[in-house]
Amino acid sequence: MWPAEFDYARPSSVAEALQLLADNEDAKLLAGGHSLLPAMKLRLNEAPLLIDISRIEGLGSISNNGSLTIGALCTHADIAASADVQASCNALATATGMVGDQQVRNWGTLGGNVAHADPASDPPTVLVAFNANINIEGASGSRSVAASDFFMDLFTVDLEPGEIITSIEIPAHAHDGSAYVKMPHPASRYAVVGICVVLQRDGGRCSGAHVAVGGATVRAMRSPGAEAALRGSALDDAALDAAAAALKEDIANDLIGDMSFPEAYRQEMAGVYLKRAVRAAGG
Amino acid sequence: MAVVGKAVKRKEDPRLITGEARYLEDINLPGMTHIAILRSPHAHANIVSINTEAAAAVPGVVGVYTGQDFMDVNPLPCPWPAGGPDHPNNINTPRALEVEKVTHIGAGVAVVVAEDRATAQDAVELIDVEWDVLPAVTDAEEATFDGAPQLHENAPNNVCMEWDCGDQESADAALTSSDVVVRQRLRNQRLIPNPMETRGCIAQHEPVNGEYTIWMTSQAPHVHRLLFTAFIFEVPENKVRVISPQIGGGFGAKIFMYPEYVLTTALSKTVGRPVKWVETRSENYIATTHGRDHVTDVEVGANRDGSITALKVKTYANLGGILSTVAPGIPTTLYGRMLSGAYRFPNIYCHVTGVYTNTGMVDAYRGAGRPEATYVVERAVDLVASELGMDPVDVRRKNFVPGDAFPFEPSNNLLNGLSYDSGDYDKALDMALDMTGYEDFRAEQAAARAEGRYLGIGFSTYIEICGIAPSAWMFGEGWGAGLWESANVRMHITGDVVVTTGSQSHGQGHETSVAQLVADELGVSMDQVHVQHSDTLGTPFGYGTYGSRSTAVGGVAVWRSLQRIKEKAKAIAAHEFEAAVEDVEYVVNEEGVGSVQVKGSPDQSKVVGEFMGIATSAAGGWSLPGDMEPFLDETSYYDPPDCTYPFGTHICIVEVDAETGGVDIKRYIAVDDVGKVINPMIVDGQVHGGIAQGVAQALWEGAQYDENGQLVSGSLMDYAIPRADLLPSFELGRTETPTPNNPLGVKGAGETGTIAATPAVVNAVVDALSHLDVRHIDMPLTPSRVWETIKSHSNGGNS
Ligand SMILES: Cc1cc2nc3c(=O)[nH]c(=O)nc-3n(C[C@H](O)[C@H](O)[C@H](O)COP(=O)(O)OP(=O)(O)OC[C@H]3O[C@@H](n4cnc5c(N)ncnc54)[C@H](O)[C@@H]3O)c2cc1C
Repeated sequence: MWPAEFDYARPSSVAEALQLLADNEDAKLLAGGHSLLPAMKLRLNEAPLLIDISRIEGLGSISNNGSLTIGALCTHADIAASADVQASCNALATATGMVGDQQVRNWGTLGGNVAHADPASDPPTVLVAFNANINIEGASGSRSVAASDFFMDLFTVDLEPGEIITSIEIPAHAHDGSAYVKMPHPASRYAVVGICVVLQRDGGRCSGAHVAVGGATVRAMRSPGAEAALRGSALDDAALDAAAAALKEDIANDLIGDMSFPEAYRQEMAGVYLKRAVRAAGG
Repeated sequence: MAVVGKAVKRKEDPRLITGEARYLEDINLPGMTHIAILRSPHAHANIVSINTEAAAAVPGVVGVYTGQDFMDVNPLPCPWPAGGPDHPNNINTPRALEVEKVTHIGAGVAVVVAEDRATAQDAVELIDVEWDVLPAVTDAEEATFDGAPQLHENAPNNVCMEWDCGDQESADAALTSSDVVVRQRLRNQRLIPNPMETRGCIAQHEPVNGEYTIWMTSQAPHVHRLLFTAFIFEVPENKVRVISPQIGGGFGAKIFMYPEYVLTTALSKTVGRPVKWVETRSENYIATTHGRDHVTDVEVGANRDGSITALKVKTYANLGGILSTVAPGIPTTLYGRMLSGAYRFPNIYCHVTGVYTNTGMVDAYRGAGRPEATYVVERAVDLVASELGMDPVDVRRKNFVPGDAFPFEPSNNLLNGLSYDSGDYDKALDMALDMTGYEDFRAEQAAARAEGRYLGIGFSTYIEICGIAPSAWMFGEGWGAGLWESANVRMHITGDVVVTTGSQSHGQGHETSVAQLVADELGVSMDQVHVQHSDTLGTPFGYGTYGSRSTAVGGVAVWRSLQRIKEKAKAIAAHEFEAAVEDVEYVVNEEGVGSVQVKGSPDQSKVVGEFMGIATSAAGGWSLPGDMEPFLDETSYYDPPDCTYPFGTHICIVEVDAETGGVDIKRYIAVDDVGKVINPMIVDGQVHGGIAQGVAQALWEGAQYDENGQLVSGSLMDYAIPRADLLPSFELGRTETPTPNNPLGVKGAGETGTIAATPAVVNAVVDALSHLDVRHIDMPLTPSRVWETIKSHSNGGNS
């Protein structure tokens, strides 16, 4: 509960933060501190220098000009309360509103959450389902990575040491309903399994579906099988059963588990929660 | 106006709510140093060598020490080797720091003293220990098998002790001749107490007179001083003063002597400066005691009419890698002797094997032995009901100790000479059934099942043993001290009252409950009463707070002092009024003002508790009868003749999510009888917290070790403690059956919730799945476990 000694810097711009990163090998960015500081206190993580980006201006706003752009420093609470997010990506409002508890939501940032890439996190699942892009600045300029490529493995993302996530962009995607549902871990409230579903309807039929899963798997990932099973269906029980079966197959090689929630259980629950997500999304 | 029985607001709350209360962490002394402890990362290992050079060289480090530096300090004592001389007790207790080997992760092996806490921790990281890592065993039964790793030389097969009670022969005979016998293995999993405040200690040594002042997170400051002086440091008692500041919860874990307290105290002399140690939450998980951890095989016999003929219990109790202070007493006396529950079981036998394993120390945790016993009994009764196809309520009624059978002595001398004091078990059950609407529930359950929804109801018609305990009886149980309590009551010259008690309050509200007693007896206002506790300097000796004993034992000591004060006040008044003592009475009027007056002569009357009242006469000493000593000042000791036996009925209604195995508590009804109630709000608070912890054991909590003895559930991110949003609003009822064992009629209310709640919840979940022929699920009933059970029982079971 006592971190090793570290230095502290508080840049006021992204450029200044990038320079500090370039000049200090092994330095770490500090945003909300709700993943980094606990790890440092347990001495699972050490950094000679913390670069506190939390007061950099311009990274904390949400804008909507066709696509939705969420600054990396927006907190879970900001996002859950945003009318723009609720209107165009309601599942993200739901997911961020379910993160941890109120204190965690008031401190934890979306940028920190995706950079940390805890497999039990909630927002990544929604970002993958909505084809979000992660916008990144580095010494050699900026780049943008699709969420489904960005999340690579447990705590592993496509981010180089000298880079900073500046925003997350969710492209406009016409849909008729979206939902995020999760089984929370009884201690941490992280997701044991989390499912995001985005539905497009054409009368009584489903004309398109995005399905993403997290919590149960090493990373947030899409389920092409479940999407295919829902597409063109009437979203009846048979279609949902087929989608659940396909989802379970899609994630079979990527499962994680522990003593309380073994892999096989999480796999089953992914199917159960998929059905619940479809119903919650209005299907 | 009488205040006993009223929900008076707590005197201690203003300082707690405003954050003004001073906890151990808030105390800082001039020149104080701080320590950090190097703890074993291995569950079982020999210490080959320890190199402290690099740590000692860190700027700001005052000193680095290992176990070798404290060989003149005795190992910690274990004053409750269970069972006495007939049973083997292979005792192994910790030292300030371990020297040769460690038997659980978290055992301390070296310490850094530094100018600040962070420097101490940085330096600890630089200590280099060479370990010879040994294989580990964590399960109590497996540890007794041939070939299991051996933890201690004096404990073959890792057996610390064997203990039994009841009558094996008669139990076996009755089982053979019963209509049915049900056998079940029950695991009562290990729990981690998690008080809001972790442990800590600050010690200061005065070289001039050799005195130590020790501030520590203690539920029993006098007992800690006794252990420090008579057993560990072998110094006169007056050389140690123990102060327990505001304590943020204990649940039993703060009763015990721990290595860190000894270490901090010894270091204060070594370094010649005050030393502070405050436990981190991570340390709390591995270095503070855990609770429960039994593996039990139960056999219960019954006849077709539902009467239970015999209960036979064999338990492996996990005591951890090394013994905590009273570890052997918990799974023996406080467990086996309670196995008759609320029932007249004609034959009972219990055998307990206390076992060392490579896990954290296990000792008393809220309820301590009695929740484990209640779990066995209440599950056994439900198993009989399902075997016979009877309503679990009917089986309970059939076997209850009837209302006219008190005092009741359980069969086979199970209670070793004690007997249940008073009770009306049917009445509490009736009230709870009424509150529940039991008849309607069964119809609702049937309708829900038809829709594929699994509703269940669970009962726990528990008793508990508290107000612990008669000293002579405890001596026979192997306990090496007494268990009486004491109180001093003084009325100052102003008429204000100071009560000092040897008991300790860490959330129970003693300052309020005791003030209520005093206010009513003496006829003073509650504001005039000051209750002082938790400092060995200035309070009479007492054994501390646990076992729901502070009111039933300590409160009676207060009451006795109050009677003596009243007698003395009457004698002084008789002298002033020139009347005979027999003609003077002590009256408390409707406004709650107490006075002494000559019977039938209201103008010859004097208020006691006001300036210039009788208290002033006594304190002034101007005109006292004969050879009477001045001052109203009385000390009393109370050793109870028997324990007290609260009881009640808890009913839990759950819905099990058939798809996920998730358990949702729909309703929780609790009718508790804790004897006479002094403050119903405080009792309700105790019941609420206890239920939350009991439910949590049933559904969420559970320490998990891997095969190497690493604690996998080592943080609040992994170990699920109860949260308000997971619980319904509890529906509480109460019956009030005073105990005849003490003049207050009080029984004790600190543990009922944890004792009663756990089996009520498990019984409810099993009931919800009974149509699938489910008979038992081991705790905690996590969704995955319940789901596995549903899955493995669903073939054809769907009715
Ligand atoms: C008790 C508790 C419960 C929680 N429950 C949940 C839950 O249910 N669901 C859930 O999803 N999450 C949960 N979290 C995690 C929470 O969402 C964290 O806020 C989040 O994981 C990290 O965000 P942060 O801003 O605190 O990042 P920090 O802790 O500051 O940083 C985390 C990591 O990201 C890096 N980083 C931060 N910002 C950037 C950036 N802009 N660019 C590049 N790298 C960056 C840091 O260097 C660090 O390595 C919980 C946390 C706690 C403490």
